[in-house]
Amino acid sequence: MIEISHLTKRYGNHTAVSDLNFTIESGKIYGFLGPNGAGKSTTMNIMTGCLSATEGQVTIDGYDIFADAEKAKKLIGYLPEQPPLYPDMTPREYLIFVAKAKGVAKPDIDKQLEYVTGVTGIEDVQNRLIKQLSKGYRQRVGLAQALLGEPQVIILDEPTVGLDPLQIIEIRDLITKLGKDHTVILSSHILSEVRAVCDAILIISHGKLVASDTPENLEKLFAGTATLQLTVKASLKEVEAALEKVDGITSLASVPAPDMPGAQQVTIESSGGDDLSEKVFFAFSDIRKPIVRMALSRASLEEIFLELTTKDTDDAPPDDTPVMAEVGGMVMADLSFGDETIEEVPHESDI
Amino acid sequence: MKAIFKREYRSYYTGIIGYVFAAFVLLFAGIFSMIYNLNGNYANFEYVLPMMTFVFLVTIPILTMRVMAEERRQKTDQLLYSLPLGMGKIVMGKYLAMLAVIALPCVIMCIYPLIFMAFGNVYLPSAYSALFAFLMLGAALAAIGMFISTITENQAVAAGICFVVMLLLYFMGSLASFVPATAFSSLIALAVLILVVAVIVRLLTKSTFAALVVFVAGEVVLVLAYVLRPEWFEGLFLSFVQQLSPFVRFDTFIDGIFDINALVYFISIIVIFLFLSVQSMEKRRWS
Repeated sequence: MIEISHLTKRYGNHTAVSDLNFTIESGKIYGFLGPNGAGKSTTMNIMTGCLSATEGQVTIDGYDIFADAEKAKKLIGYLPEQPPLYPDMTPREYLIFVAKAKGVAKPDIDKQLEYVTGVTGIEDVQNRLIKQLSKGYRQRVGLAQALLGEPQVIILDEPTVGLDPLQIIEIRDLITKLGKDHTVILSSHILSEVRAVCDAILIISHGKLVASDTPENLEKLFAGTATLQLTVKASLKEVEAALEKVDGITSLASVPAPDMPGAQQVTIESSGGDDLSEKVFFAFSDIRKPIVRMALSRASLEEIFLELTTKDTDDAPPDDTPVMAEVGGMVMADLSFGDETIEEVPHESDI
Repeated sequence: MKAIFKREYRSYYTGIIGYVFAAFVLLFAGIFSMIYNLNGNYANFEYVLPMMTFVFLVTIPILTMRVMAEERRQKTDQLLYSLPLGMGKIVMGKYLAMLAVIALPCVIMCIYPLIFMAFGNVYLPSAYSALFAFLMLGAALAAIGMFISTITENQAVAAGICFVVMLLLYFMGSLASFVPATAFSSLIALAVLILVVAVIVRLLTKSTFAALVVFVAGEVVLVLAYVLRPEWFEGLFLSFVQQLSPFVRFDTFIDGIFDINALVYFISIIVIFLFLSVQSMEKRRWS
């Protein structure tokens, strides 16, 4: 569907995108993931013909975005980071304008208008002025605009940025719905979002593609180690003695539990991703020491993301990384409310 | 192109700019035709128009400032770039909308000579050809204003630059007549003019080389021409500037002459500046 080969964009001395290669297949939802300033928007702007590439080529269904611009652009619906709306028009007037400008035939305009306002849920506001609409509705009008002209590919640049949690969930549902009939490419720096809606993830960092796979495969690929955390009512000596009998432990750390006197907080890492929880449970039950809490964690998408995107930044402060991973982990548990927090994370590492 | 035209045209009248423009032109048309035609007892409407060309000084910057600069500020230019339309069609649609706004008061003014006909002898062809030239003058100035709007993101800056350019064009003819008509002073004045052109080239292209080429080539040709044929330079600067000023060009129509040369001149200005607007919009994709 979309072929990107050797794409490079330079602004003076600064290289925003360097030698990017990937292929987008039709019928899937792609997530374009990367920290702020990684080159996501630049790549999307080039793919939609809003920006020119310094080198390289983008073809949409065989049409070059520059040589065959009109044919290629007809296949794409684009929602830039800021929805391109005219505040003094009503959504209806605006959508009719876009439909005509995209060359939708007159008899089809009403039908398409009905479809896009229905699917984005803006029928109720279509006769109010755009400047009076909330950010969420503006985003939907922008999305409706992208859907006009029945494009095969829909490209969305950070579609949920600045929306409240409820709106984010609605837009995500909408994207999932659109993914049934269209190829969707969305960019985001929010991992939970990409994980929730995308069939495939492209991770981009410093203008380069660092990983491209399904979310499950990415997690599997990096799930080399599993970490078991537990709190046991026992002394340090008893813990060490009990765990000596368990095979497969590669590292062990034990500190007095801060919130429970007389208990130890133990962190065990095992190789090969083995789940040691059963063995550990019986080891402690044999000596009749109760485990009060136990949790297994494997490498999450956050950690993969951080590893991939911070690896080649020498200037990132090294002792910041574990803290950031922790923040990411918290956000993961609290999907839609933590977006603001995680927004900071890649940003810091990017500077 | 039709969609762009319609949207643009509507936007002039959903805001106040379209109405302000029409009101401003018609107000001065009313005042001057009252003074000249009604109080002065002349039935020639064409004599009213040269008195009111100054309205373009104020109205053209206001009319043209937002046409491209506003799209950039609102980020709607990204929509325009991603539409399956060539930039030429987009610029053309916007320009035609502007032209329609300029044409509206001109169409209303077409009634005036008909009214005067009831009271005296009116030679309609000269009145209407002057009115047509008035529209063409506005069209040429609007094309210049549109180009200025493409080079900046800020409407106020666009309006400011446009106003200064309009002012220069308006007073160009009368200022040039202060330059003595001798061959040598023409040479100096033209040399300075080439320097100014070179500076403008430098500002627009950011290429010192291109500016230097313009400057050196221009000056060399000028000096060579002066050495070989000094008699050409008698009064050359004045006539050169007067040929170049759209306001001076317009004046010939008032004497009842339908000046084809001037018409070609206006059309050339329009074509050149529309072309430059398209190039300036395309260039932004590359930076």
